[in-house]
Amino acid sequence: MTAFRSLSLAMLKGFYRDKATLFFTFVFPLMFLIVFGLLFRDAGTDKITIGAVGEGPVVTALGETGILDLEHFDTLDEAVAKVSDGDLPAVVAQNGNEVVLRFAASDQTQAGTVRGIVVGVVDKLNLIVTNQPLRYQLDVSNVEDASLKPIQYITPGIMSWGVATTAVFGAALTLVSWRKKQVLRRIRLAPIHASTVLSSRVVVTIGVAIVQAVIFLGIGALPVFGLQLVGTWALAIPVFFLGVLAFFAIGMLVGAFCKTEEAATGAANIVVLPMAFLSGTFFPIDQAPPWMQSISNAFPLRHMNDGIMDFLVRDQGASALVVPCLVLAGFTIVVGGIAAKVFQWEDS
Amino acid sequence: MFTQVNGTGNAAVVVEDIRKAYGDLKAVDGVSLSVTEGEFFGILGPNGAGKTTTLEIIEGLRQPDSGSVRLLGESPWPRRVSLLPRIGVQLQSSSFFEKLTAREQLETFASLYGVNAVRANEMLELVGLADKADTREDKLSGGQRQRLSIACALVHDPDVVFLDEPTAALDPQARRNLWDVLRAIQARGKTIVYTTHYLDEAEILCDRVAIMDKGRILAMDRPAALVRGLDAPTHVILELGSLSVSDATALPAAEDVTEDELSLTITTRRPADTLSALADRGALSGLQVRTATLEDVFLDLTGREYRA
Repeated sequence: MTAFRSLSLAMLKGFYRDKATLFFTFVFPLMFLIVFGLLFRDAGTDKITIGAVGEGPVVTALGETGILDLEHFDTLDEAVAKVSDGDLPAVVAQNGNEVVLRFAASDQTQAGTVRGIVVGVVDKLNLIVTNQPLRYQLDVSNVEDASLKPIQYITPGIMSWGVATTAVFGAALTLVSWRKKQVLRRIRLAPIHASTVLSSRVVVTIGVAIVQAVIFLGIGALPVFGLQLVGTWALAIPVFFLGVLAFFAIGMLVGAFCKTEEAATGAANIVVLPMAFLSGTFFPIDQAPPWMQSISNAFPLRHMNDGIMDFLVRDQGASALVVPCLVLAGFTIVVGGIAAKVFQWEDS
Repeated sequence: MFTQVNGTGNAAVVVEDIRKAYGDLKAVDGVSLSVTEGEFFGILGPNGAGKTTTLEIIEGLRQPDSGSVRLLGESPWPRRVSLLPRIGVQLQSSSFFEKLTAREQLETFASLYGVNAVRANEMLELVGLADKADTREDKLSGGQRQRLSIACALVHDPDVVFLDEPTAALDPQARRNLWDVLRAIQARGKTIVYTTHYLDEAEILCDRVAIMDKGRILAMDRPAALVRGLDAPTHVILELGSLSVSDATALPAAEDVTEDELSLTITTRRPADTLSALADRGALSGLQVRTATLEDVFLDLTGREYRA
């Protein structure tokens, strides 16, 4: 077996035989994915539930709008009582040709929406009754807008975060622990080159990142969460790998500076956690204040997030590769270069 | 450019006047020594004597401030890749890969040298860990870990083996087990350079020892020669009551006689004469003979008790 293969294998075994590492690599990010995924599952697609009394074309048509859910009541008084209790925003009653709408005065926005829908339906039905030809044609179709369904940004965000965390911690802790336990020194006494050690650690990090990505995307794509990958998702792959390398380089830098595992864990958290919050992992960054968006542009995680999301869910073309790939590659080279400069085989 | 040492074989290690200072601390202060191929050489001294730094300079892990080192005829500093397969180094703290079993550790180290993994089993046999092959390193006892780390240093069949305090922090039984391992290594024709702070152990194992203190070598020779050179008296100890103090004082070559609650101690420089006289009198019950040890040599050299 070559030194490269056996070192990779040794690192891989050290990784998967450690339960705590496995937890933080796979389960911990998944917990966030599942919690956020379930929490925001219906956000933005919530239907408004209103009360309905009686039967008729208006009530039927309202039920078919796809915007309103109808809760049926036997009498108007009963339904109005629900409105005044604040349980329902409005109630519609149809008795023959008479249509009654009562709404709660507290929520003007929702009341306006409901009122608009009901008026629209009533007008349309009135128009049909008159048998007049339509003069104005309304062409309606939906546009894929920048503000995505929550699962569409939660999944790539948490995937990037999970992968970044694992890359930083893996690189930093291997370096620190091997230096502390003098494994590095022992390796240095063997006739192999430092690049063999480095490349085997890179390969293990990338391998683990791929497994993470498959698991996170697979869970996100479950029907209960409903992640959908769009046509250009494959273009996210180079961004993904460059992101892993950028965070690997950060891990090497942390590992070069820190003397103990505890210090490395703290430093890695200080680097990754604020970045995660400011880079759109847990909420879409375009909802953040402008100053925060500007700051986040300095973070590799922001570009990894954006780059991956562009292809995974926004269906961008290949030209969108340029910025994230350049930023992440630049980060890898600069940070990796500094790490190589300050790297020490053993504690002085 | 091999130097002849003691007229036997080639020199595996030749060190000339190496010095290494850390700030004001002179860790190694002018050490010269040479080790012959196949020799079991011990560097002895209390903690902080400079043993480890000396060893690290010879191994090529540190650069001396001055002086020269030839290891198998080559300079080990800067890192010389061609030399590395020929030396085996066991480090002071057992350096292992996390979560790997004993056999996996050996296989990994073997692969670093491009050595076939089947050597792992052979090494496990050698150090008596065959039944622990599939035990993780962190589940091994202290003695087993030490033996494993020695096996790791030997897995690529090096010519010169460096062991840094292999017996430190082991219980007496484990120490003796390890001695057998070390003797087995020497029997394979390896040159062994090892450090210890157990003087008694070095006396038993080593062909030659260097006694170090405060960065300097105070004495270097075969252990028996060092002790003999000391001209220290032998203590003959008898059971209390087997001989009176006055009778003891009258024995040939008896220099001094002391008595305590348990025993009678006769100090002599010609123990053969004293002992045969005792045998004639049939007064040998509870006999103990304590000759001078390396500890006495250390005391004589430094003027203070040996503290490990």
